[in-house]
Amino acid sequence: MFSVNKIKKDFPVFKNHPKLVYLDSAATSLKPRGVIVKLVEYYEKYPANVFRGIYKISEKATEELEETRKIVADFIGAKTPKEVIFTRNTTESINLVSYALGEKILRKGDEVALSIAEHHSNFVPWQQLAKKNGAVFKIIDVNEDGKLIIKKGFFSRKTKILALTYVSNVLGTINPIKEIIKLAKSENPGIITVIDAAQAIPHLKIDVKKLGADFLAFSSHKMLGPTGLGILWGKEKILQEMKPFNFGGEMVEEVSIKKTTFKEPPLKFEAGTPDIAGIIALKEAIRYLSKIGFKNIRRHEIEITRYAMERMLKEFGERIKIFGPKDPRDRGGIISFALSGLHPHDVAQILDEKNICVRAGHHCAIPLHKRLGVPATTRASFYIYNDKKDIDKLILGLKKAWILFTKK
Amino acid sequence: MDSIYKEIILEYYKNPKNYGRIKKPTSSAFLANPLCGDKIRIDVILKKGKVREIKFSGDGCAISQASASLLTEYSKQKKATILKKIGPKKVLQMLGIKIGPARLKCALLPLEVFKKAISKTP
Ligand SMILES: Cc1ncc(COP(=O)(O)O)c(C=O)c1O
Repeated sequence: MFSVNKIKKDFPVFKNHPKLVYLDSAATSLKPRGVIVKLVEYYEKYPANVFRGIYKISEKATEELEETRKIVADFIGAKTPKEVIFTRNTTESINLVSYALGEKILRKGDEVALSIAEHHSNFVPWQQLAKKNGAVFKIIDVNEDGKLIIKKGFFSRKTKILALTYVSNVLGTINPIKEIIKLAKSENPGIITVIDAAQAIPHLKIDVKKLGADFLAFSSHKMLGPTGLGILWGKEKILQEMKPFNFGGEMVEEVSIKKTTFKEPPLKFEAGTPDIAGIIALKEAIRYLSKIGFKNIRRHEIEITRYAMERMLKEFGERIKIFGPKDPRDRGGIISFALSGLHPHDVAQILDEKNICVRAGHHCAIPLHKRLGVPATTRASFYIYNDKKDIDKLILGLKKAWILFTKK
Repeated sequence: MDSIYKEIILEYYKNPKNYGRIKKPTSSAFLANPLCGDKIRIDVILKKGKVREIKFSGDGCAISQASASLLTEYSKQKKATILKKIGPKKVLQMLGIKIGPARLKCALLPLEVFKKAISKTP
């Protein structure tokens, strides 16, 4: 049974801030006790470096780290743990693909395609790469309902890279990634597809084999795990052909004055000491999510999102604009909105006075906000520890803001 | 927690002072804060080194709008050489509220524009 009250007890922050209404999980999720305990376990019980020690506590740390790699691989349906690379965050994962592969395969006149709804971290790296390599930067637009509009003939043999977000961090739209990849590959079987799963991984069951993508990037911190850790999954065959990303320790096999040979993936892409504690603790986040189950997570999220949208529209009607899909089933637990005449910063600040955390601004998606014709939005995002009472408090806070700023 | 939305801030937000454009300003300046989309433009007419007329336009949050109202109101008939010396402290003092680091930029954007505008004039 899914009980928010029970779940809340697993998150120590609620003990320290009993009144906290946390509606900013799209920025980062809260952390359950199991994850925190595991972080401390590493530092207290086997705080050694990995891969190098011939002594027991280093071997233990290495074992724990590699166990997480395996758990991540199983979690996303990877063929082998060798396809799982640890990075610092989604942003670094995407940059890795851009540097270690994009630079090589993108030629003058080729195209790199992505959507107007990308987070800057899946936008700027490709824009810069296109500039550098003289390629065309091609944008997929969105419609009124926040869905991608892919015109006939959009993809061609020239489209070498497709970089797409699975779930928009502003609109909340869940994109039909599988179908889009299929379409792109039917036009160019050699196209490299990079999926930004930062907002998808906490909410949807992902199986990379079924998805058909070549790369998947996500962050630990949005899926109940520690900060400072990202994951890049890539198809083994492609990873093997890629050049290294960073050079240094841990990623080399043989070094002489004349030359260096590199390890096989994934270590080839993991130069330097990784975030050992973070990696070790991530498995506890995955265990926690798996225990609850994505079916339950999704059901709960849709229910909360539907309730929030209904209440917002009922209270504010024409005075509120909710961006993205009308049907809550088409979106992750994200609602970005604008109250007419109220500045998002002011709205967020008033909510903060009631301990309600929402986001105000452009959410690292300036091109999308320009497209929507607003400089900024207020965003409320939901996760497993939110309930209808949180939504009621949000509505109350919004009403207060409305009265404060519009009453003559 | 104390609200930063004191009466004066809300009053200036709903009824801003010196809001609008000047037809033939001796100088004007514009700045935007990409973070929140606040945009402020200030037009001035300086005569004999003094601010004869000043108006601001653009949109922004309550804090930036109140700050622009207060600043333009304060500067009327004052000498540009003196106004150039206004610092962040003075603006925060006029607003009379404690502002956290996240909103400081909102409060100070008008000052930046203001200084740009009055420094441009010969
Ligand atoms: C869709 C999307 N992509 C990428 C990112 C970047 O994640 P990170 O900051 O962990 O690199 C975010 C997080 O804000 C996001 O929402």
